[in-house]
Amino acid sequence: MMEKKVNAIDVRNVTKIYTSGNTQTKALKSANLTIYDNEFFTLLGPSGCGKTTLLRLIAGFEDITEGSINLFNQEIVNLPPNKRPVNTVFQQYSLFPHLNVYENVAFGLRRLKKDASLVESRTFEVLELVQMKEYANRKPNQLSGGQQQRVALARALAPEPKVLLLDEPLSALDLKLRQAMRFELKTLQRETGITFVFVTHDQEEALTMSDRIAVINEGEIQQIGEPEQIYESPSNKFVANFIGEANLLSGVCKTPGENGVCELDTGHELNLFVPPHIKQNDKVTIFIRPERIKIEKSSKDKSQLSISEFTYLGNAATIQLKSNNQLINVNLPIEDLKIFKKDDYVDIHFPKESAQVID
Amino acid sequence: MQTKNKKTKFRYVWNFPGFGGWTAIFFGFLYIPIFILVCYSFNSSKFAMIWTGFSFRWYAKLFSNDDIQTATINSFIVAFAAAPLATIIATFSALALVRGGEFRFREFSSGLITLPLMVPEIVTAVATLIFFASLGINLGLINVIIAHTVFCIPFAFMPIKAALEAMDPNLELAARDLYSDKTSTFKTITLPLLTPGILSGFMLAFVISIDDFIITLMVAGGGATTLPVYIYSMVKMGVSPEVNAVSSLMLAFSIFIVTLYWFFNRKINN
Repeated sequence: MMEKKVNAIDVRNVTKIYTSGNTQTKALKSANLTIYDNEFFTLLGPSGCGKTTLLRLIAGFEDITEGSINLFNQEIVNLPPNKRPVNTVFQQYSLFPHLNVYENVAFGLRRLKKDASLVESRTFEVLELVQMKEYANRKPNQLSGGQQQRVALARALAPEPKVLLLDEPLSALDLKLRQAMRFELKTLQRETGITFVFVTHDQEEALTMSDRIAVINEGEIQQIGEPEQIYESPSNKFVANFIGEANLLSGVCKTPGENGVCELDTGHELNLFVPPHIKQNDKVTIFIRPERIKIEKSSKDKSQLSISEFTYLGNAATIQLKSNNQLINVNLPIEDLKIFKKDDYVDIHFPKESAQVID
Repeated sequence: MQTKNKKTKFRYVWNFPGFGGWTAIFFGFLYIPIFILVCYSFNSSKFAMIWTGFSFRWYAKLFSNDDIQTATINSFIVAFAAAPLATIIATFSALALVRGGEFRFREFSSGLITLPLMVPEIVTAVATLIFFASLGINLGLINVIIAHTVFCIPFAFMPIKAALEAMDPNLELAARDLYSDKTSTFKTITLPLLTPGILSGFMLAFVISIDDFIITLMVAGGGATTLPVYIYSMVKMGVSPEVNAVSSLMLAFSIFIVTLYWFFNRKINN
C-alpha cells in the first residue's frame, strides 16, 4: 500500500553567492532536494555549510542567485517573505519584546486580517498546544529560555503555515531541556501534520527526530536519506565521519564484485560488497562503525593487535586498537567491560553486512 | 597569608591610598560652584556674593522682566523647532545607515554625520555666520532654528543609532515572516522598539539647543536673542543675583530633561 507522496518543497539547482566588496562566497552550490508533505525533514551540517542559507532562501529572507524553489508546485522565489505561507522559528526566538505572549502569538493572524473571534480562539488553541496558556499576559523577558522557545513555536504555528522552518531552535537550551524538547517537537509535528524543516549541526538531534535527513557540507548536499540509511551506509567519508563515530580503514581489494574480498593493512581479510568501479589490487577505504566490530581475547603470538587505550564511559567503554600505524576504535558493550583491559592482545571480526567500501 | 593580602590589597580601585579624598575634591570642584550659585539665587541682598537672608525676590523680579521672558520664549521656540527637526533627520539617517544594507560611502557617511561633534564650535559658528551672510538669509529666529537643527543632528543621531544597532534584526524578519509588509513592520515593530532611542535623542538635542551660546551669539540678530545670550549680556553688566536665579532655573530644567533622557536610555538597555 504505497501512498502517493506530495511534494511540499522542491529545491532545484539552487545557488547562493554572497558578495561583499570584491569577495564572493558560494554558500550553496546547485543544491537539489525534495521535501514531502507531512515530513520531519532535517538539514544537517557543520556551521557555515549553507544549511541556514537554504532555510532563509525558503523563508524569503535572502535573494536567490540561481535556481528555483517550489512550494506545493508553486514557484515562490519572487515572493516577499510576507506572501509565503511558511513560518520560521528563529535560533534566538526573536520574540517581539514590546508585546506580551498573547500578542506575539496573535501577530501573524492579525496581519492576515482574520476575524477577532478566530484570532482569539486560535491563539489560545496554540498556546494550549505548547502549554503556555497561563503565561499569555507575560512579556518575553519574564519567561525562561524553554518557555520563550514554546512561545516562538506557538507564534510560528498559529497562522497554520504549510511548512514550518526551524533554525537550530534547540541550540540555546541546556542539555536536559533540549532532550525533552526533541520529543515535544516530534510529537507536535505528528499532531499538527505540518511539514517541518529543521536545521541543526547536532547529529544526535537529527537522528532522533527526523523522517529524513539531508547532510550538507561546504554548500553541497552530501546525502539525503532516512536516519538509519545515513548512519548505516553513508555515501562518502564526510557523512561517515560527521554522523557518529566511524573507522575508516585503508586496505587493498583482493577480489572485486558482489562477494568481494578486501585485505586491510592490518592483515585482516573481509568479505563484503565491492562496488563495480573498483578493480583487483585497487586501494580502498573500508568504513565500519565502532560498535559493529567484534573482539575476542587472543595472545601475543597469535595477534598483533593490542588495546592501546581503554576509556570507561559508565554504560559502555571505548577502546582503541593499534596495529601497523592504523588505529581502530571499538565500542565495548557493558557485559564485556570486565573481560578486557589495557595492553590485552585481541582478535577482531568484521560482520559482513556492517563493513562497506567508501569513496 | 601575608602574600595573599598584599595581592588583594590593590585589586579594587578604592583600595588605593587617597582615593576617597581625590574623588571628593574632583566632585567638589565640579559641583560646589553650581551649588553656591543656586544658594545665592535665594539671597535677599542685591550684591551677588554677600548673604543677608533667604528670599524669592530675584525670582519674582525675573518674572516681571520682559526681556528675560522674551529671551526664554525665543529659546523654547528654537529648541522646540530645532530638536524635533534634528531628531527626524537623525532617525532617517540612522535607519539608512544601520538598516540600509551595504552601499558606497556608508562608513564615510556615518563618520561625516558625527564629525561636527569634534569640530570646534567657534569654527561652526563662524562658518554658519558667513554662510547666512553670503546668501543674504536674514530671517531672525529662523536663522537660529536652521543653525540649531544642523548642529543638533549628531547629538540626536548617536542614541538613535545605538538603539537601532542594539535591536535584533531578526525581529523585523520575524514580522515579515508573519505576513507583515514593510510598512506595517516599520509601524508595529521597528518604530515602537526605536521610540526610547528617538526620545532620548530628542532630549539630548533639546538640551544642547537650549544650552547653546557660541553659535547662537554669532547667528542671532536683533530680536532673536536666546536665554544664554541674554544671560551673557547681563553678566557683562556685572553679576546680579538675577543671573543666579535665571541660571538656577535653567539648571533645574536641564536636570529634568537629562533625567528623562537617562530614563529612556535605561529602557533601551534593559
